[in-house]
Amino acid sequence: MSITINGKEIDVAANETVLQTARRAGIDIPHLCSLDWAPSPSASCRLCVVEVEGLPRLQTSCSLEARDGMSVQTHTPRILKARRAILELLIASHPQDCLTCVRAGGCELAVLAGDLGVRERRYVGAVKEHPIDISSPSLWRDPNKCVLCGRCVTMCHSVQGIGAIDFVGRGFQTRVAPGFSVGLNVSDCVYCGQCARVCPTGAIVERSHVEGVVAALADPDTVVVAQVAPAVPATLLERRTKTQDVHTMLERLAGALKHVGFDAVFDTSFAADVTVMEEATELLERIQDNGVLPMFTSCSPAWVHFVETHRPDLIPHLSTCKSPQQMAGALIKEIYPAYAGLGDKRLVVVSIMPCTAKKFEAQEQTGVDYVLTTRELDALWGRFGVDLAHFAEPAPLDAPFAQASGAGRLFAGSGGVMEAAVRTAHKLVTGHELEGGPRVNEARGSEGARHFTIAAAGVDLNLAVVNGLGRLQETLDDLLAGDPPVHFVEVMSCPGGCVGGGGQPYDTDGDAVHERLERLYDADKRSSLRTSHDNADVRALYEDVLGRPLGEVAHRLLHREYVDRRPAVDSVSV
Amino acid sequence: MATADEIIAARGELTREQLIPLLQEIQEAEGFVSQAAMSRLAEALRTPVSRVYGVATFYNQFRFAPLGEHVIQVCRGTACHVKESLALAQHLKRRLKLRDDGSSADGRFTIISVACLGACSIAPVIKLDGEFYGHLTVERLDALLDEVEAGAEAAA
Repeated sequence: MSITINGKEIDVAANETVLQTARRAGIDIPHLCSLDWAPSPSASCRLCVVEVEGLPRLQTSCSLEARDGMSVQTHTPRILKARRAILELLIASHPQDCLTCVRAGGCELAVLAGDLGVRERRYVGAVKEHPIDISSPSLWRDPNKCVLCGRCVTMCHSVQGIGAIDFVGRGFQTRVAPGFSVGLNVSDCVYCGQCARVCPTGAIVERSHVEGVVAALADPDTVVVAQVAPAVPATLLERRTKTQDVHTMLERLAGALKHVGFDAVFDTSFAADVTVMEEATELLERIQDNGVLPMFTSCSPAWVHFVETHRPDLIPHLSTCKSPQQMAGALIKEIYPAYAGLGDKRLVVVSIMPCTAKKFEAQEQTGVDYVLTTRELDALWGRFGVDLAHFAEPAPLDAPFAQASGAGRLFAGSGGVMEAAVRTAHKLVTGHELEGGPRVNEARGSEGARHFTIAAAGVDLNLAVVNGLGRLQETLDDLLAGDPPVHFVEVMSCPGGCVGGGGQPYDTDGDAVHERLERLYDADKRSSLRTSHDNADVRALYEDVLGRPLGEVAHRLLHREYVDRRPAVDSVSV
Repeated sequence: MATADEIIAARGELTREQLIPLLQEIQEAEGFVSQAAMSRLAEALRTPVSRVYGVATFYNQFRFAPLGEHVIQVCRGTACHVKESLALAQHLKRRLKLRDDGSSADGRFTIISVACLGACSIAPVIKLDGEFYGHLTVERLDALLDEVEAGAEAAA
């Protein structure tokens, strides 16, 4: 099967749209509303129009199935004129604060305007005056900058299955808002940030912590330390960095962070190793003591928030482990001041995370003061003149949390927490390592839900990995009613795990998520330390400070409680 | 009169196609669609509350606040517009100190703007509590409102 695009014959795959076929052939047709992440396009932005031989009207290529023998033109004068007019109308009521907009320099709408040759405003429409919503600790919304493409709504409803926001009102008054136009903080939002990651403008962005970090760095009486999540170096390798090694990238990132004034840089993967020790022990204890099963992981704060706000009945199923970010924060605040002899100086902990929900988590718990997303890092580099692609001064990670296992790194991708936990749980139960090597193939992959069983000392551990909140909600009933009963479920809120997180770069697509996962697998494979329980720094930590997993000190520093966050009265009647 | 809960319960098994008829029925029974009713509907239809709210706000027919004691429909159709119905609407807004939800500050009056009441021959026209009043001026409208308010006081 093939179609002709601009006179060139191109093979088409089954169920492919003309937009997709063209992209495979290296022809970029502009589009705003359609997303790779969701199958059914709304075809509302109209930018992707093409000419099809035999059809008098322009057709939207995002909703046009590529049929054998079809002949398509993508960039004729007629099409270019139509696209330009569409974009001119789209920006007619757009605010004119582009210079000071958070998306300045990286705005998809501005790029499109350039591509389509819109270099003046021929139409000046009415000014939108919607209130800005800064109620959420994770995400800020400015509906005045919204072009109503609907990508955020698609992600929230069709991919994540949450549906916190939707189109509200009609005509010029149409805007994207939560139900009843309430603030995001009291809506169904779980702060995953997938809306922000796909927004082409500055209409939904993370709540920035950059200024707080810059102020802390400037204060001579403050010691500022960073912890970096493993998804971040795995992602930054996309920036012409001349290395493909996650650890090398992390050390370069550490060098750059120290260059701008950070006093120490830690690897959150270290705390992931600690999480494995605690969580694997907790799982085995629950199995032994007939505790509540299945136990769900608690690393992904949007998932935890989902449980607390949508399904508080599941709270007993959540592992009591803090997330690696919060474990790292607690350990740094507890141990580092004495270790580094900080005296009276204030200690500020900054996390670099692929995640917007981590901002909420940091606000709710102690240990972490600021959270920068992968995207916000660019603002930091810009402020201090760091060109990360050429910055070649690596710095080692800092003691006493310098070492991280390959298993800890895997936490950044779907299946990684499970794989790391299985390696250690097997050792804890049987006294020896997994036969056939540490790799747990069954945990890997990109399917929405993966079930498998690991036999350890006569016990069959029934395990499940769920990729994304949308899939989670589809499979939840089966997981709870599993026969045989499911023991342990890994849930990551975002598609692909943290590497596809809501704080990740705007150009993240399915391929990017896949490549980041591969880099993490590679980093694990090449690591001389594959298991959390063999991490010498983790062992020293237990010997010197924590005692044993789930022990008294571990319980105080590394575990948490959950709250039923459903509103007391589910709605106000006006 | 049936409450939103009873209306939803009476339908039995629900599908999303029933959203708009249910919104209409609830408004018919309660005079408006409350947030509580929309939350119940979302639950019953297993759909996010944002979608119910999104659909409801798309249509002019749905109200989100209760009606006042007296309902005034102001015709803003073409004939009435030519006969300066805008002045009537603006006067009502000032005199009754209308809130965003279309009701007066004291909640007694609700003003609804209507595209056409079908009484163009007596434009500009309003409908007050079901009765037509045509050939209106701001002065005659004031007199009418004075009467309604005096009547309410006399009854009290």
